[in-house]
Amino acid sequence: MDAKELIARRVALELRDRTLVNLGIGLPTLVARYVPPGISVAFQSENGIIGFGAPPPEGMEDPNLTDAGGGFISALPGAASFDSGTSFALIRGGHLDMTVLGGLQVDGSGRLANWMVPGKLVPGMGGAMDLVVGAKRVIVAMQHVAKGQPKIVASLALPATATRRVSLVVTDLAVIEPTSEGLLLRERAPGVSVDEIVANTGAALLIIGDVPEMPIAIPERDAA
Amino acid sequence: MHRAISAADAAALIPDGASVMFGGFMGVGSPNRIIDALVARGARGLTIIGNDTAFPGVGVGKLIDAGCVAEARVSHIGTNPVTQKKMIAGEISVDLIPQGTLAERIRAGGNGLGGILTPTGVGTVVEKGKRVIEVDGRDFLLELPIRADFALLRAHESDYNCNLTYRLTATNFNPLMAFAAVCVIAEPDEIVPVGVIPPDAVRTPGILVHHLIERPL
Repeated sequence: MDAKELIARRVALELRDRTLVNLGIGLPTLVARYVPPGISVAFQSENGIIGFGAPPPEGMEDPNLTDAGGGFISALPGAASFDSGTSFALIRGGHLDMTVLGGLQVDGSGRLANWMVPGKLVPGMGGAMDLVVGAKRVIVAMQHVAKGQPKIVASLALPATATRRVSLVVTDLAVIEPTSEGLLLRERAPGVSVDEIVANTGAALLIIGDVPEMPIAIPERDAA
Repeated sequence: MHRAISAADAAALIPDGASVMFGGFMGVGSPNRIIDALVARGARGLTIIGNDTAFPGVGVGKLIDAGCVAEARVSHIGTNPVTQKKMIAGEISVDLIPQGTLAERIRAGGNGLGGILTPTGVGTVVEKGKRVIEVDGRDFLLELPIRADFALLRAHESDYNCNLTYRLTATNFNPLMAFAAVCVIAEPDEIVPVGVIPPDAVRTPGILVHHLIERPL
């Protein structure tokens, strides 16, 4: 299992039945593949749809039906489409139960930076700032280390996406919960030691007792 | 009722230097025939307002490629390396606006509001130069309305009275922009007789639309 799949499978265990969830572009999109059995989740795409499904067969795509990354999707029975104002009313208005977003950095106070690297990469914030401010739970799904540098740092070197403390950080090494006391190390990835996590983290971690190994979701089709 | 005009006629109405809203999200729900006509007429110095600059060669991205754009007021340019290159070279000025804030600023512009208060952007670089207003102990940014000289909409159907419908995720910013410009031009996929679109299905009342682009042949 590669790092991204591991992260997606762990994040999938955070999904709750009958909730509205928005997945960011990239790694977070993979979470939809590992929805645990018995859980029914409505996925929102911020370009204006709730209830989308897998891409249609090749040649059957609808040019008017895409996700926020511009990829073709399908609409499931019971789907609803709407304009961008309504889409962000759902996000900002407290109607979105959870969002899963990629991250460039998370700091010791649990703040996220995920929209620009000054002088290098300026994609723009898109919907990320609204999602972090508005969703009931914000889960950051990212690799623990990038180019040898920890992505969890004492204080952000990159522009923050919001001042809000995110709910949970899931990486290929650990599950970390930002709290008012600091970053709490909740779980270790399979086969990863606490020392290894500490060595690859740029911020102080709260470690209380034994840190259990992270469980990961087994998708419905593999569970049988 | 208006006589439908060609995309080239529409492009001729839009002068160089105009501010222009474009419906569309990554090129989906963009007024592509008017965009092609603007490129063909060699438009220059446009300020474009919309969600993104799509991809090179797609939707609004064609205007970027062809050098029609002086300023882009958008939420995202990450999918268009040409926009990023021209921004770094100083050829295009880019004003990045959080997507939900962009939608609400356009709504405010079209709805006669003096602005909106949003928690999005508080404590970030987006806050710079803006008033922070506390309501019931929580901080909000005062975000000002956005209007434009033109709004170019992509619709699914229009009837002869310019009542518009949209399809799925091609809806996006189009219905908001219909309120927020001096001149609104709609590019429908189909034009149908009055009565074909039931009143409950109308997403943009035709009274808002000044010009209709003729049906593609």
